[in-house]
Formats: sequence, C-alpha cells, structure tokens
Amino acid sequence: MITSIQIGNSLKSFFSEIGEMSYFAGRFFKELFTKPFEFKELLRQCYNMGNRSLFLVGITGFILGLVFTLQSRPTLMEFGAQSWMPSMVSISIVREIGPVIIALICAGKISSGIGAELGSMRVTEQIDAMEVSGTNPFKYLVVTRIMAATLMIPLLIIFGDAIALFGSALIENLKGDVSFQLYFNKVFDAIEFSDILPATVKSFFFGFAIGLVGSFKGYNCTNGTVGVGEASNSAVVYTSMLLFIIDFIAVFVSDIFFEL
Amino acid sequence: MEKTKNIEPILSIKNLKKSFGDNHVLNGFNLELFEGENLVLMGKSGSGKSVMIKCLVGLMQPDTGSLEIMGKDISKLPQKEFNELRTELGFLFQGSALYDSMTVRENLEFPMRQQKKTEKESLKLVLEALESVGLTEAIDLMPNELSGGMKRRIALARAIILKPKIIIYDEPTTGLDPITSKEIIQLMRNIQQNYKTSSIIITHDVDCARVISNRMILLIDGINYAEGTFQELSTNKDEKIQAFFK
Repeated sequence: MITSIQIGNSLKSFFSEIGEMSYFAGRFFKELFTKPFEFKELLRQCYNMGNRSLFLVGITGFILGLVFTLQSRPTLMEFGAQSWMPSMVSISIVREIGPVIIALICAGKISSGIGAELGSMRVTEQIDAMEVSGTNPFKYLVVTRIMAATLMIPLLIIFGDAIALFGSALIENLKGDVSFQLYFNKVFDAIEFSDILPATVKSFFFGFAIGLVGSFKGYNCTNGTVGVGEASNSAVVYTSMLLFIIDFIAVFVSDIFFEL
Repeated sequence: MEKTKNIEPILSIKNLKKSFGDNHVLNGFNLELFEGENLVLMGKSGSGKSVMIKCLVGLMQPDTGSLEIMGKDISKLPQKEFNELRTELGFLFQGSALYDSMTVRENLEFPMRQQKKTEKESLKLVLEALESVGLTEAIDLMPNELSGGMKRRIALARAIILKPKIIIYDEPTTGLDPITSKEIIQLMRNIQQNYKTSSIIITHDVDCARVISNRMILLIDGINYAEGTFQELSTNKDEKIQAFFK
C-alpha cells in the first residue's frame, strides 16, 4: 500500500530532479556564450545526429504520409471531399503530426544515444579524465550536443515532412490518379505562413529538449553499467513527456498569435 | 630516496577529511610528496584512496583540510589557474579512461587543446610520448582495437604528454597479467628517470610496491596507519600491516 510518506518522497525527488535539470540548462546557457567555442566538435555532432538519423526519419516520414493518406481516403470519399486530401494532409503533417512524430523518433534515437554515450563516458571515468586534463567537459560534451540537437532536429523535421508529403502524393497518384504536380500545387496553396512558423519554432524547442534531457541523464549517470541503461531509458521517457508538454504550450501560444 | 626536512614538498595534504553522510571515509589524512620521489599508497577497498585522489585533482571537494600542489593551495585557486596547475599533474586512471570515440593520436592530443600548439608540434609530442611507451605504431588505432596492456600504455602516454612534474597512478597494474604488469612497472620507472617526475602510486600489487616505491603509506580507516620504506613495513610485526604483504 502506498503511504503518504512514499508519495511525498516521490514528489520530492521529482521536483528535485526538475530543479537539477533547470540548473543544468542554466549552466548550458552560461557556458554557451563563454570562450573557447567548440565549433569542430559541434560540427561533428551535427553531422553524426543528422546523418545517422536521416534514414530512420525518412522511412518514418514516408510511412506516416502513406498510412495517413490511406486511412483518410475512405472518410473523405464518403463526403465527396477527396480533393481536400492534399491540403488536409499537408496542414496536419506540417503543423502537428510531422514535428511530433519525428521528434519522438529522434527522442528514441538521439536522446537515448546521448544518454548512453555520456553515461558510459561517466562510468568509465572518461569525463573525469577530460576534467583532470584541464578541459571543460561540460562545454566539450554537453554544450555541443544540446546545440547540435537544437539545430539538427528542425532540419530533420523539415526533411521528414517533405518525405511524408511525398508518400501521401504517391498514394494519391496510385489510387486517385492525381498527378504529383497537381498534388504539390494544392499542398503549396493550402500551407500558409501561420502553419510553418509555429511548427518551425517549436521544432527548435523539441531539439533543445532532446539534447538537454539526454545530456542531463548521461552526464549525471551513476551506478555503473546499470546506470547507463537507466540513463538511456529515462532520457527517452522524460524527453517524450517533455515533447508533449512543449507541444501543448506551442499550440496554446500559436492560438493566441495566429488564431488557429 | 631519503626524505630530508629542509626540502619543501612538491605536494602536501594536511588533515584531509571527507564524509558521505555517516560514512567517514577520510579522517584526517596527511601526505607529503617530495621531488623525484615514488610514494606508494596502499589500503583496502573503501579505505579512502580514490576519494583522496579525487580531492587532490579537484574532482571532489574535501570537507576540511588543505591540499597544496607546488606551494599553491588548490582550494584558493580560481578555476582557470587550477586548470593550468592541472597540466603539471599526469593521471593514469585504473580503467585507462581512453576516449572511445577518438583515435590514439586524438586521445594524446586532447590534453594539449588549451596549449595552442601547431599540428607539427603536437604530432612531435604525440610521437615522443608514444615512443616512451613503445607504441608508435598504434597512433591511428581506435581504443577498441587495443589490448588491455596497450590501453594502459597509451593512457600512460597521455598522462605524460604535457611533461607533468607529478604523476598519479591509480592501480596501474590492476587487471593485467603478470608479464604486462612487469612491463608497466618498468615503463613507470623509465618515465620517472626520463621525465624526472614525482609519483603517487595507489596499488594493491605488492610486487609493484616493492619495485617502485621509495616510501609507502598504509591507509586504514581514512588515516595514515603506517609510513616507511617497503623494507621497514614488510618486516613490521603489526598484524594490520602484515596483512598488506601476505
């Protein structure tokens, strides 16, 4: 039976972790603007995150567009509204489904990867070795990874959205005899600035959350190899939760500015 | 090497205390290291050796006590100056702690990042350090392509790359076979002769202590239980001291 003391302890540990993560984020912003800047490592991380996630994001995006179109077709056809398919799919994917699904995929791949890599470096004393050699490991390992995720996730989301629209166009072409040109003309007619801007802005926040949580969990990893697994696992869980919270806030704020 | 009273120690630890909750790990530990000396520190697992080292290199903050490296109290140094002082310390980690994602060359170049050396200069230093440990051919290998003994030697090369005045060895022969252990011990002796370093060696290996130590400290319950040469301590009748040499 769960006692009030246990609930109290859980809440205490939850808020304590939020506090520590906020401090970690604060340290990131402080170190971000102090010299020396680790451009070489930042580029390496950008390349790694982008290049290694490209295939997964591409496949996910393609299947997403394909399935979404296939599932929506019967309903739209019932109302004789199949001509609305390109605009419906494009707005849904660009505004909401694309960013959220691709960010979740990246949480599983990138955030857990960062958690496991930094966690493993922590337990094998590699981070200590960096510190002892007079290098700032936070700047070298954490700042570069959070920045790389913040920069690369929006690009991956744009790529994933494009592939999802291509998947949708392919189904429309095969099932509905709609040419690619007509499909994309309708897509570009439907999408407005108010669809692209909030989605792009929130994708930067998604990237920041993915980098931050993965780095936080990995950098503060304890308890040996078991701890590395826990760091990687909890990085995915926390990031996923945070992504939905950010999405909720983003939709709320977008509604104020753009009256969705 | 004989310790003389008129020589200032290159490193000194006074009355070092560190607790984790109710667990008092260090209870007033003292240590003095003199120039050119090999000081061996022995103690059971959990006796506070690693905590002492972590306090010494700034990875952990002591509760009380003073730590001086080359006359500078490290608790009073700003971070930038402390980082500069750290370049005078070489550290060989127990598990080698080579950076997995970097080649041997990049591992060795890493401590030189703040030194603003040209590529030619850093390559020269890398080759020099690798030559000291007899592994120049491993320069482009990744750590996962190295054996345990090779990793330890590369870690040793990384520890000496900036020609430090003091080297700290954390269990340098643990996990190695007897032949490789002897090679590592010989390398440590060569490095001391060639680079004129002073060393603190934490070890459980009695052979290592016998071969390399000028002086030994036995650590029990977070304090210096006994101090002397290997000969003096290994012939001591105290049961607690004898337990280290069985």
